[in-house]
Amino acid sequence: MNESTAASRGPDDGAAIRMIGVHKWYGQFHVLKDINLSVDRKEKIVVCGPSGSGKSTLIRCINRLEEHQRGRIVVEGIELTNDLRRIDEIRREVGMVFQHFNLFPHLTVLDNLTLAPMWVRKMAKDEAEEVAMTFLARVKIPEQAGKYPGQLSGGQQQRVAIARSLCMNPKIMLFDEPTSALDPEMIKEVLDVMVDLAEEGMTMVVVTHEMGFANRVADRVVFMDEGEVIEQADPETFFNSPRNERTRLFLSQILSH
Amino acid sequence: MTDAAPAFERAPDLPPPASTVGVVGWMRQNLFSTWYNTALTVLALWLIWEAVPPVVAWAFVDADWTGSTRDACAREGACWVFIKEWFGQFVYGRYPIDERWRVNLGAAILVVCAATLFFPRFPWKAWVSVFLLFGYPVVAFFLFSGDVMGLIWVETPLWGGLFLTLVLAIVGCVFALPIGIVLALGRRSRMPGVRAVCVAFIELWRGVPLITVLFMASVMFPLFVPEGLTFDKLLRALIGIMLFQAAYLAEVIRGGLQAIPRGQYEGAQALGLNYWKAMVLVILPQALKLVIPGIVNSFIALLKDTTLVLIIGLLDFLGMIQAAGTNPDWLGFAVEGYVFAGFVFWVLCFGISRYSLHLERKLHTGH
Repeated sequence: MNESTAASRGPDDGAAIRMIGVHKWYGQFHVLKDINLSVDRKEKIVVCGPSGSGKSTLIRCINRLEEHQRGRIVVEGIELTNDLRRIDEIRREVGMVFQHFNLFPHLTVLDNLTLAPMWVRKMAKDEAEEVAMTFLARVKIPEQAGKYPGQLSGGQQQRVAIARSLCMNPKIMLFDEPTSALDPEMIKEVLDVMVDLAEEGMTMVVVTHEMGFANRVADRVVFMDEGEVIEQADPETFFNSPRNERTRLFLSQILSH
Repeated sequence: MTDAAPAFERAPDLPPPASTVGVVGWMRQNLFSTWYNTALTVLALWLIWEAVPPVVAWAFVDADWTGSTRDACAREGACWVFIKEWFGQFVYGRYPIDERWRVNLGAAILVVCAATLFFPRFPWKAWVSVFLLFGYPVVAFFLFSGDVMGLIWVETPLWGGLFLTLVLAIVGCVFALPIGIVLALGRRSRMPGVRAVCVAFIELWRGVPLITVLFMASVMFPLFVPEGLTFDKLLRALIGIMLFQAAYLAEVIRGGLQAIPRGQYEGAQALGLNYWKAMVLVILPQALKLVIPGIVNSFIALLKDTTLVLIIGLLDFLGMIQAAGTNPDWLGFAVEGYVFAGFVFWVLCFGISRYSLHLERKLHTGH
């Protein structure tokens, strides 16, 4: 997609996320280089690439955990600027799941889930708890509602984190290496929840090294290296006939063993 | 499982060796493990033997307990009659005897309200907390100083003794905590102006001894305000102590804030919580819990430092004891007075320290 057509179509043209010519620097270090990426509603995107390629930074720009210095990012028709109200508005619509869960250890699982609905969406406590229990049941751990995050296994914590995001009823879910901090036997339970979510039609952007998940769920796989989007294609094309040399090298490295 | 594979059988737990458990095991491990530990144990026992009996004899066996004048103190040991006779003064200072019930009532309200917070199932905890923080100081102020609802006016120079010590320490700490939190957040702010103001405030107050602050409050401050405009001396001392304490607490709390991983801020932000909501709901509860030992440490230090108000003419607990020791009728019993003061301060500080341990355990959530 080229920049001029995207801009002329205006921000709200049906795309969930639109990034146009986005650049970002950490000091002198150029982390994102001219990123042009659009995600349609209900589309599932898997972003992969070697570590340090900027893929986490990319999705962290979408809900403004990182600031971009050049280009435009439009999320659900709202353009990200320094306007704090717009940032809050976007964050209400965009859920995020982190590598290290980032659950609030001083609150019970249930309180973790009801916090944002009550304080951001102004939901009544009873209603928030009802919603929370529904989502805990969806991630298959309703019986852990009264426990503290520290008492759960990694896989359970990550499922709680997913449920916590879902309680805000987001339109888009971002996943930043959701299984990278988990013991191998717990990866599946988290991926299963994500697959369910994908099948329900959630718009998802997932940074992950789980190529099996990408193959099964993704509508499009985006490969990044050195801050650039090198290649993007549907999973079949991407895994079977990658065009770029760097993509081939990356795939051979992670699929060889 | 096939027949050929032997069934897994859990190896039984064996008891630990006898020399490592029980009283003998404990003593062997902790008191007599090496020749120099044995020597130290014997030395310590000898010191206890030398030191404890004379103290016990002075404080209890040879002490005078009954009577009401100094003539009752004829024996070799301590004269606790002195403490007994002056006890009211030590506790209430020069507060009028007929009005002492007001102090008792104020203390009782505080104790009852605080006690309800200890019961996990007490339903109106939030209301009690709000009352303690906002309502109680007002109630206590009018109760203690009077001039309303038929209560006679008791001017603050008459406040004294343990009562004054506790007023200074509690007000100093309770009001310093919110100021300290704001200063700590300000020092970590991304806005350079806010940060500069907070850093300047903290470093200014932290760099000055409390004695200087008190002198400034009592001697210098009146020189700078227009004549005729006077503030109560106690109030000036209180404000000084409060700001001094706030600067210390700010640094303690900043330590806690720094220990909270960045992921917690990001988790809160990603859910749409704005700065203040993220701070109040997510970051501060964790940060404050981490620094309970530091906060309690500052509070204990403050409780003892309030004795410095003596030098600006406020007669706190220690001040009253010192004053009583110089009374011509009771000369020569200063030691008893100081031992008593030390004992009361120790009980208070030890109580606070135990409470903080209890609080830490209660708030621990297994992470």
